[in-house]
Amino acid sequence: MTASPSVRSELLRQRSRSARLFLLPMILALAVVAGWPLLRTIYFSFTDASLTNIDAAKWVGFKNYLSWIQLKSGRTIYSGLLVDPAWWNAVWNTVRFSVISVSLEAVFGMVIALVLNAEFKGRGIVRAAILIPWAIPTIVSARMWGWMLNDQFGILNDLFMRVGLIDHPIAWTASSDTAMIAVLIVDVWKTTPFMALLILAGLQMIPGDIYEAARIDGVHPVKQFFRITLPLVKPALMVAIIFRLLDAMRIFDLIYVLTPNSAQTKTMSVLARENLIDFDKFAYGSAQSTLLFLIIALMTMLAIWIGRVRLDGGER
Amino acid sequence: MPMSIIKNTAFYALVVVIVVCAVFPFYYAIITSFRTGSAIFTIEYWPTSFSVANYVNVIASGSFARNLLNSIIVSACVVTLSLLMAVTAAFALSRVRFRGRSLLLLTILSVSMFPQIAVLAGLFEVIRLLGLYNTLGGLVFSYMIFTLPFTVWVLTTFMRDLPVEIEEAAIVDGATPWVIITRVFLPLMWPALVTTGLLAFIAAWNEFLFALTFTSSTETRTVPVTIALFTGSSAHEVPWGIVMAASVIVTVPLVVLVLIFQRKIISGLTAGGVKG
Repeated sequence: MTASPSVRSELLRQRSRSARLFLLPMILALAVVAGWPLLRTIYFSFTDASLTNIDAAKWVGFKNYLSWIQLKSGRTIYSGLLVDPAWWNAVWNTVRFSVISVSLEAVFGMVIALVLNAEFKGRGIVRAAILIPWAIPTIVSARMWGWMLNDQFGILNDLFMRVGLIDHPIAWTASSDTAMIAVLIVDVWKTTPFMALLILAGLQMIPGDIYEAARIDGVHPVKQFFRITLPLVKPALMVAIIFRLLDAMRIFDLIYVLTPNSAQTKTMSVLARENLIDFDKFAYGSAQSTLLFLIIALMTMLAIWIGRVRLDGGER
Repeated sequence: MPMSIIKNTAFYALVVVIVVCAVFPFYYAIITSFRTGSAIFTIEYWPTSFSVANYVNVIASGSFARNLLNSIIVSACVVTLSLLMAVTAAFALSRVRFRGRSLLLLTILSVSMFPQIAVLAGLFEVIRLLGLYNTLGGLVFSYMIFTLPFTVWVLTTFMRDLPVEIEEAAIVDGATPWVIITRVFLPLMWPALVTTGLLAFIAAWNEFLFALTFTSSTETRTVPVTIALFTGSSAHEVPWGIVMAASVIVTVPLVVLVLIFQRKIISGLTAGGVKG
C-alpha cells in the first residue's frame, strides 16, 4: 500500500459512512415490517381492540391473559388466555406435532442423506426426486394429499386395503383419531428433503480416510455409523433439528387447508388467526400471538446458544 | 458373491422406495388433473384417460389467470426489492468494520425466526394505515419480513468469503464503495444472486398466511389462496379435477426451476445451516 496515513483514514471514514447509508434501507424496511408490527401486536394484547375498530383500543392491562372476579359466595372465577382450555389444547397440539414430525424427519432425513452420500448409479435422479416435495407449495401439497387421503375416492385407502393394512376406508382428515396422523404424514413428506440436504452437507464434510481406517480395522458398518458418523454429523444434525423445530412450532398453512375444523390439529398459529380475524377477538388473538412469539423467542435464544452460529462478520 | 448381491438389491430397493414416495403424490395429481366426469372417482394407478377439460375450465372460469399474474408480479417485485436492499447491506455487513455489527447480524437472524402470526395484528394495522390493504403492494411490502433477513444473511456469508485482494486495487484507485459494489462485487456475485433470488421467489410464490389475511377480493388474491379456497356448491363437493389442474399449473414452473438449478439451491439452503 502506498497511500499515506491521512488518505487511508479518510478512505476508512468514507467507507464506514457509506456502510451506514447502505444499511439504512434494509434496517428501515425491517423496522416497519417486523419491529413496529411486533410491538403493536404486544400492545394490542393489553387492550380491548377489535378488528373493526382498532383505533379505539383501550388499555386493559393483563385482562386478556388472566383476570378474575370474586363472587359474593367467596368463589373466585378466573378467565383469560392462561386458563383457556382451547389455548392449552392448541399448545399441546403444536408441541406434539413439532416433536413427532421433527423426530420422524430426522430419522428419515438421515436415511436419505446416507443413501445420497453413497456412490451409486442414479444418485442424481434420487437427489432430483427428493427436491420435488420441497419445491411444491405447502397449500398445493395439502390439497394433493387431501385428495389422496379422501375417505371415498382416496388412493391411500385403496392401497392400504389392497395390502391388508386396514379393512375399511378411513376418513383420515375428518376423523378425530386420524387427523393428526394425516397432518404428520403430509408434513414429514414435505420437509424431510430439507432435513436430508442439511444432514448430507454435514456428512460430506467427514473425511473419507476415517472410514478407510475403520474398514481396515474391520469395524462393522453399524458400529461405524454409531461411533464415527453420528458423532461427527451431530453438529449439522442439531442445527437442522433446531431450524425445523422453530419452523414446526409456527405451522399454519397445512393445517388450515388439510384439517380446518379439527380440534385435534388446531395449533397456536391457527387458533390465533381464528381469533384475530374470524372471531373478531382481535385483542385476545394478539395475546395468543404474543405468547407464541415469547415461546419461539426463548427457543431461538436457546438455539443460537447451542448452535453457536457464527455471528462475527470478519474473522475466520 | 451372493451376499453383495443381496446388499445391492436391498440398497436399490430402498432407493426405489425413496423415489416413489417423493414423486408419487405429484404424479397422482397430474394424472388426476387429466381425468374428468365420473372417471375421476374411479381409483387408477396409471393414466387411463386423458382430457384437458380441467385445464380449460380453470383458466377460463373465475379469476385464476388473474391470480396467476398476481403471483408472478408479487414474487418478481419481492425478489427485486429484497436483492437490491440485501446487496448493499451485505457489503456493509461483510466488508466494513463498525461497532454493533454482530448485534445487527443477530437481530437480522432473529427476525427470520419470527413467527408470521406474531406480527399479523400489527402488520394488519400498518397495511391499512398505508392504504395497502387488498393491494398487491401490501403483499410485496409484508413479504419483506421473510425474504430480506434470508437474502441479507446468505449474501453476507458469500461476500465475507471473498478475498480482500479483489477490492484492494479499486481502493487504491480511489473508487467509492458504490463503485466497488457495482464494478467489483456484482460481477462475482451472480451465482449467489441467482440462488438467493430463486429461494426468495419460491418463498414469495408459496406464501399463504399474509396473502389470505391482507386481501379480500378474488381479483387481488395470489394462487395459493385461490387453490386453498376452491370449493364446490357444498363442502363435500370439492371440484378435485379443477383443484389438481390448478395445483399442477402452479407447481410445474417451480419444479422445473428447482430441477434446473438444483445444485445452486442445495448450496443456498445449506449455506445458513452448516456454517456454525
